[in-house]
Amino acid sequence: MRVAGIETEYGIVDPAQPQANPILLSSRLVSACRLWANGRTAPWDYGGEDPLQDQRGMRRDRAKAGADMLTDVHEWDPAHGRISLRRRRGSWEDPAHLNAVLSNGARFYVDHAHPEYSGPEVATAHEAVVWDRAGDAIALAAAERYAVEEDLRVELYKNNVDGKGASYGTHENFLVRRDVDFDELARLITSHLVTRQVVVGAGRVGLGQRGERPGFQISQRADYMETEIGLETTLRRPIVNTRDEPHADRKRWRRLHVIIGDANCLDVPTFLKVGTTSLVLSAIEAEDERLDALVLAEPVAAVSRISHDLSLRAELPLASGEVATALEIQRALLTIARDYAADADDVQVIARWEQVLDALGRDIFSASKDVEWVAKLQLLGRLRDKHSAPGPDGAVAPLPWTDPRLAALDLQWSRLGDGWAARLSAAGAVTRLTDDAEVAAAVHAAPQSTRAAVRGAFVGAHPELVDAAGWSTVVLDRETAHGRLEVLHLDDPLQTSHPLLEQLDG
Amino acid sequence: MPQTHASGQPYEDDAPEPAPPAAKAESSDALDSLLDEIDDSLQTNAEQFVRSFVQKGGQ
Repeated sequence: MRVAGIETEYGIVDPAQPQANPILLSSRLVSACRLWANGRTAPWDYGGEDPLQDQRGMRRDRAKAGADMLTDVHEWDPAHGRISLRRRRGSWEDPAHLNAVLSNGARFYVDHAHPEYSGPEVATAHEAVVWDRAGDAIALAAAERYAVEEDLRVELYKNNVDGKGASYGTHENFLVRRDVDFDELARLITSHLVTRQVVVGAGRVGLGQRGERPGFQISQRADYMETEIGLETTLRRPIVNTRDEPHADRKRWRRLHVIIGDANCLDVPTFLKVGTTSLVLSAIEAEDERLDALVLAEPVAAVSRISHDLSLRAELPLASGEVATALEIQRALLTIARDYAADADDVQVIARWEQVLDALGRDIFSASKDVEWVAKLQLLGRLRDKHSAPGPDGAVAPLPWTDPRLAALDLQWSRLGDGWAARLSAAGAVTRLTDDAEVAAAVHAAPQSTRAAVRGAFVGAHPELVDAAGWSTVVLDRETAHGRLEVLHLDDPLQTSHPLLEQLDG
Repeated sequence: MPQTHASGQPYEDDAPEPAPPAAKAESSDALDSLLDEIDDSLQTNAEQFVRSFVQKGGQ
C-alpha cells in the first residue's frame, strides 16, 4: 500500500447534561487523555499547517477564507505572515485547541466542537485498521479518566451525523506522487469515492441532511456532499477536497485528503476504504486508460442516489453516454486494481473486496458480517419485524421508519465501548481483522513502517525533550550550540529512524 | 450481473420488503439475546435519547 492515515471526529455527549458545551467537553477530554498518557505526550507543532494552499495551484486569500478553514489561526503571527517558532511547553494553551501528541504517533485534540483522533501514518490497510481501533481505545480510556477526574460521564460516538443537520467527518489521507496532474486525479478518483459506499458505508436511519424523510440509506455522509471539488471541509462539502498540505516534501508528494467517507465501527470497511482507494490511486498514478470509461456524468447527484438505493440497481449515467450501477463500477475498478497489487496486504484487499462485491451481488444480507450498512439494516429489520402490527388497512406492517427506536438504535450503534456494533462484534456476528493484543500494543506504540515511529519514540521515550510535534516535524527543547529550540524535519513519511534517537538511546 | 433478490424495493414504509434472512445457526442465539436487550433498552428512553443527541457541525 501507500502511506495513509485516518482522522476521526467523534460525536460527544454528556448524558446528564445534553446542553453541555461540546468544545469545553472535548477540551476536558483531551486534558484527561494527557493525564492518562502520564506525561508521555507533547503539544502540537503548527509549523506544518498550510490550510489555504489549493491542489490546483492557487492560494486562497487569508482575508477571504472562512474562519473554520484557518486551522492555524491561534498560532498565526500576522506581523510575519507565518507561524513563528516559539517555546510551547509550559506556555499558555488555548483550551479550545488543546492537543496531545501520543507515543503511538497519533494526535488527539479538539477540532471545532469535537474530539478528534488523527491516527499515525501507516503503510498497510491492516495497520490502518489496527491504529484506527487503537484510537477508539484511547478515546475510551480518556473518557474513563475524565469520569474519574470530573465525576461526570462523557459518551463518544463514532458516527458522522446527529440527525438534526450537523455532520462531522472521518477523513482519510493518502500520499500521492506530486507529478500526477491534480485535475486528472480528481476526475478519475471521483467514481471510486462515489461508488465505494456500497462496500464501506456505515448506514443511516433518515434521508436528507436533517433526516427529514423517513427511511434508511447506505451512507452517513452522502447527503452532505454538495459539490465535486473544493477547498472547504465544513460547508459546500466537496467529493474531492483540494487542500494542498502534503506534510511531506512538496516537490515529491501530494496528500489526497478524502472527506466523503463514513466513520466505521467494523474492521472490514475500514480495511477496504483505505486499501481499495490506495489501489485505485496507483492505477491513476500509472495513467491507466481503463479508468476513463468509469467517469460519472453527474457525480454529486450520484452520491445520494446510490446511498438511497438499497436495491443497488440504480443506473448511473457515465460521461461516455453509457450507464452503470455502483456495483458494476466497483467490479470494473476491482479488475483494474488487480494489476496494481504490490504487496501481500494489497492481495488481501483485492480478495476481500471481491468477496464483498460477490456477496452484495448475490443477496445483500449474505454480506452482513462484512458490510456495516447491511449489518445495521439487518438489526433494524429484526427490530421492525419484532414489532410489526396491523396498520389502518388491517395488513401487518413492520415498525415504521419514523419510530424513534430505530433512530436511537442507529445512533447507539456507534457508541464507543458498549454500542450495538461493539456488542454485535462481541457476539461474533461480524468479521474481525484485528486481535485485541495488537490493538492494545498500538495504543502505546507507533507503526514501525513510517515516520510515526520517530515521532512516537521521541514522545514515548523522551517527552522531556519534546517541545512540540507535527506530522513532519519534531521540535526539541534542549541546550545546543545553536540555541534551545531545534526543529527535526521528517519530510520523508517512510523515514523510520533518526540518528538523534540512536544517539539518545545508544 | 447478478441482482439482489432481497432488496428489490427501497425500505419505504409502504413498500413490500424482504424478510430478514435466517441468521447463521452459531450466532442466532447471541443475536436474539442482543435484540432483546436492545428492545428493552429502547422501550423507555428512545425518543428522549434521539431528541437530546445534538452535535455541532464539524469538518
